[in-house]
Amino acid sequence: MTIEELNKIKKAKADLVNVRKIIAKEGEKLAKKTGYRKQVLVCGGTGCTSSGSQKVIEALEKELKKQGLENEVLVVRTGCFGLCSLGPIMIVYPEGAFYAQATPEGVVRVVDEHLKNGKICTDLLYKETVHEDGSIISLYETNFYKKQKRVALRNCGVIDPENIEEYIATEGYQALYKVLSSMKPDDVIKEVLDSGIRGRGGAGFPTGKKWQFAKASQSDVKYVCCNADEGDPGAFMDRSILEGDPHAVLEAMAIAGYTIGAHQGYIYVRAEYPVAVNRLKIAIQQARDYGLLGKNIFGTGFDFDIEIRLGAGAFVCGEETALMTSIEGHRGEPRPRPPFPAVKGLFGKPTVLNNVETLANIAQIIRKGAAWYSSMGTETSKGTKVFALGGKITNVGLVEIPMGTTLREIVEEIGGGIPNGKKFKAAQTGGPSGGCIPACHIDTPIDYEHLTALGSMMGSGGLIIMDEDTCMVDISKFYLNFTVDESCGKCTPCRIGTRRLLQFLDKITSGNGELEDLDKIEELALHMKNSSLCALGQSAPNPVLSTIKYFRDEYIAHIADKTCPAGVCKSLLHYEINPALCKGCTLCARNCPVNAISGTVKQPHVIDTAKCIKCGLCEKNCKFGAVVKK
Amino acid sequence: MTEKTLNAFKGTIVQERQLKEVIAKHHDQPGGLMPILQEAQGIYGYLPIEVQTMIADGLGISLSEVYGVATFYSQFSLTPKGEHRISVCLGTACYVKGSDKILEAVEHKLGIKSGECTPDGMFSIDSCRCVGACGLAPVMMIDDDVYGKLTPDQVGKIIDSYLTKKGGKK
Repeated sequence: MTIEELNKIKKAKADLVNVRKIIAKEGEKLAKKTGYRKQVLVCGGTGCTSSGSQKVIEALEKELKKQGLENEVLVVRTGCFGLCSLGPIMIVYPEGAFYAQATPEGVVRVVDEHLKNGKICTDLLYKETVHEDGSIISLYETNFYKKQKRVALRNCGVIDPENIEEYIATEGYQALYKVLSSMKPDDVIKEVLDSGIRGRGGAGFPTGKKWQFAKASQSDVKYVCCNADEGDPGAFMDRSILEGDPHAVLEAMAIAGYTIGAHQGYIYVRAEYPVAVNRLKIAIQQARDYGLLGKNIFGTGFDFDIEIRLGAGAFVCGEETALMTSIEGHRGEPRPRPPFPAVKGLFGKPTVLNNVETLANIAQIIRKGAAWYSSMGTETSKGTKVFALGGKITNVGLVEIPMGTTLREIVEEIGGGIPNGKKFKAAQTGGPSGGCIPACHIDTPIDYEHLTALGSMMGSGGLIIMDEDTCMVDISKFYLNFTVDESCGKCTPCRIGTRRLLQFLDKITSGNGELEDLDKIEELALHMKNSSLCALGQSAPNPVLSTIKYFRDEYIAHIADKTCPAGVCKSLLHYEINPALCKGCTLCARNCPVNAISGTVKQPHVIDTAKCIKCGLCEKNCKFGAVVKK
Repeated sequence: MTEKTLNAFKGTIVQERQLKEVIAKHHDQPGGLMPILQEAQGIYGYLPIEVQTMIADGLGISLSEVYGVATFYSQFSLTPKGEHRISVCLGTACYVKGSDKILEAVEHKLGIKSGECTPDGMFSIDSCRCVGACGLAPVMMIDDDVYGKLTPDQVGKIIDSYLTKKGGKK
């Protein structure tokens, strides 16, 4: 591959991809030049695949063939658009018509009415993209997208991730050429340092510094690793990038390899991400076929290749030393640092380990310059951050915002607020290592320093929204359960400490807590922070500490009043049927999964509290509000 | 000895040949043990001690080392799984939407606990951490099918549908 060949592919495919970025009149003109009258983009990310996007694609292709449109309409399976709760998502260009929750039946209509006869099926569109007069609002004007700035996700939902030429069409591999042809390793390091980008995996260490240290280490063999072991439950940023734009990661790894003097890269990715693994495999093979990985890249004499290693379900393997131990084929236990991986890493050689999202920014920093990147964000946190927005929020999905955006903007504007008229209670960032941000701090700008100051952390990007029905004691118990499961057992403070913390929380949620338990928890947490070997143990107490800090009254209610204000902790609540309101309709008894409700027709029913598993189905089903939770 | 125990755990000659090919493929690869275990589990469905012994012999490392790795990672199972694997997501996004109640309903329906397999070998239950379909929370997977936006009362019917599909006994 030469740069001329690369540019030729870019030119040939540019219009095709650009149609998906320009909406309305210009898009139509451009579409004429591409040979395809319309393009239909269907999300092939895990979220939409789970809600049936594969069936939508099959129905679409079948119907297009039936109508004889297969040569005029191009079907593209992309990565994640971000609005996972509306999946399967389908967008038709050049109009930019955004069909939400597409079904095979709906597709038949879209093909006939829209693709064939040019009449958009307005009733099937995402409501927020339709004006009252029936005209279409661009997706990028909706509340969900308006405040976002897509940098790491720029190609997700735009290109076909299984087609390297579409990546090349969006300036792909230009940065690698620039680096190999005209930059010295020190120039690359300077650019990355000046951009201010910090590791997106959680700790926020400056990426340029990492590269600088690894370059400075003397060794014949060095490695570049990509950390795609996204273990935080409820986070899916890295997966979406790998599924939507895998080449961005490969290109950045090659750039890192050139910079530090490595010729081999490893991507350590969760085996639970089959779609991402498959796309990575395809991407690596295509990059090799096009001469963008392998020997003598761009004829510059630089060799670089990448191998995939699958994780096997261990959260601790997201820790850098544990990850490398796992690649080496051992139990994924962390080891003390120093020596840091930049000095002695994978197979004992100097290694750079970067997170997926970090890497997804690198090629753009090289192409557009450090000043462009550092113009986004706050004083200390540059650029953008991707969050997986989940939990009790209307727009569950993937969002990318400039650092410094406030939590309120994310929750109320981008996220569309809390569903069912409930109140925002807290946001959880950083997963099992992070903490909660309570409603009173909703105007906090999101960046590394502000989150740390609140006792939480940036983490990898899981952002779980909780409403008034979430019990904060229960949620910290949930996280402790997780860390107890995932503690590797190598060091005592973590192995025993997490277990003891969980016992305290169990005691409190079962109604046996004492007030002094809170002091004991805080003392134990301090020891764990100070003496655990790796970040897993050091940060495991965070969810408990931050909930005690902001929701102490809730803990006190569990301990002193033996009640769970959110009505979650089962030992502290029971269900009863109010005989005055019960009409004896038998609906509750018929739906009870454990047959705990008895009574005859038209007579008040009774719940046998010994049998009751407190699933709450009776309360949900009762049409008369007779079932009460106490 | 390997041959003998192999029969005891009902491994076939074909499976053993496949395993040997896998071991040969990764033999000289640095850190090849993990990929071997992953592929071995793909062949046998789980990693009984007999299979671990063959891997240890094939790689010339101790059984304890293989066992240590096999028991460290949650993906590896030392016991057989059901014909249909039920996996309830207990990731945070699913949890705050009540996936613990889904798991309870599944456990109640089948009369076994998470991590166990029904006596007839039809179903096994596991909890998992995030299948990545947070937009559909709470989520449960049976084999490769994803069921989203679940309520506990839907669970029974979904499981029944697998019984009728396969004509298994209740």
